[in-house]
Amino acid sequence: MSLLRCEPKFFADLVKVTLPFTAETLAGLQAGDLVSLSGVLYTGRDQTHRRLCALLEEGQPLPVDLRGQLLYYVGPTPAKPGQVIGAAGPTTSYRMDAYTPQLLALGLAATMGKGARSWAVREAMRQEGAVYLATIGGAGALLSKCIKKSELVAFPDAGPEALFCFEVDGFPAVVINDAAGRDYYEMVAQKKGS
Amino acid sequence: MRVIEAATVTSAVRELAIAAACDLEPDILDALLAARDREISPLSKNILELLLTNSDVASREKIPVCQDTGIAVVFVFLGRRVRVEGDLAAAIQEGVRKGYSEGYLRMSVCDPLTRVNTMTNTPAVVHLELVEGDGLRLCMLPKGCGSENMSGLAMLPPSAGKPGIIRYVAELVVKAGSNPCPPVTVGVGIGGSFEKAALLAKQALLRPVGQPAGRSDVAEIEAEILAEINEQGQGVHGMGGNNTALAVHVETYPSHIASLPVAVNIQCHAHRYKEITL
Repeated sequence: MSLLRCEPKFFADLVKVTLPFTAETLAGLQAGDLVSLSGVLYTGRDQTHRRLCALLEEGQPLPVDLRGQLLYYVGPTPAKPGQVIGAAGPTTSYRMDAYTPQLLALGLAATMGKGARSWAVREAMRQEGAVYLATIGGAGALLSKCIKKSELVAFPDAGPEALFCFEVDGFPAVVINDAAGRDYYEMVAQKKGS
Repeated sequence: MRVIEAATVTSAVRELAIAAACDLEPDILDALLAARDREISPLSKNILELLLTNSDVASREKIPVCQDTGIAVVFVFLGRRVRVEGDLAAAIQEGVRKGYSEGYLRMSVCDPLTRVNTMTNTPAVVHLELVEGDGLRLCMLPKGCGSENMSGLAMLPPSAGKPGIIRYVAELVVKAGSNPCPPVTVGVGIGGSFEKAALLAKQALLRPVGQPAGRSDVAEIEAEILAEINEQGQGVHGMGGNNTALAVHVETYPSHIASLPVAVNIQCHAHRYKEITL
């Protein structure tokens, strides 16, 4: 039985964005913008980051070129037969804070997860002109519908923490940190305080 | 003495694990619907609508509500007049292993130091309580760790009293921001010892969402903490509004005369829970 009268739909007035980002798109995004992402992105969470940064420390090449890309913090559930992917919503981003500045320095353009970032990450984003997006935590079933292809790229032994490449269509997100250094969570808190 | 086969327990736990991941219970759905109806922020209202749609899709297509299908926490209430034929502890772990692998749930359990995934989602965390009767009640609470990580415990001085308790809990929840996937349900354990308070906070989440405590003074504290949290206006996923928390559940236990332990276990909006009595 459907709880709702309408079919699944995301926000109205979404800014349509193609991945990977162009420099122009990136600079035009503003904290608080609701965006709809279409194109290709990479995934990674705790172990993925640990391993990528270990490779960097050893001077080894990374399994993917992250320049200009969006890294989505997700550890999906396994796909059932016939599915592209299982549930695939965001994980909490602060756990990646320790690694993010190194990846931004390589040219990573954007990250996506949920929850606020550290000052160090925000500063690194401002310097590199990168952005941070939040998508809807706990909506993994619905978000999986926006993922059209999933390919395992690296670290298969990490199970759900492997690095995947997703092709997404109409994937919804909110711009939290824009390239100008604004933070939407802070803007919401200040609005309440004013 | 009633006899229950261990294999029956395994089968029941397997089913609970799969059902909990994909089908939210009416209590949390009602709480989310009520939150949507009273939400003042248009963006948060929209997100609540999406969360309800998400649960609908999950249930209909048997996709997990959230990719974090959790560390399995199982509460076992074993009746005094029941005997389990076989190894009860092993039967529960086997049920979790089967449920997570056969139900296409995520393997989210690893060694705490090496971080190597056990790839079975075991071991589950199992709490056994001996109770009256001839039933065996199994409660499955798969716990996602976005919310678990925002939990906390304080050994307050008894002089802190009710205002100190309210302040500690509300500040912890507000400080968590959007990390635990609000609107959250807040389990609070007051009293007992250090570990008892933490267990009470977890057990508080077994109660139907929004059902007040039986003791009126405890129910008052629940209402005061809830109002204090929602007054701060962080709202759904930190996007503003009046629904940072759906409910606060407080459980109490007598404590030492020198002590006032307060534990807070935060649960995300995707409150997954199933139980069965064999």
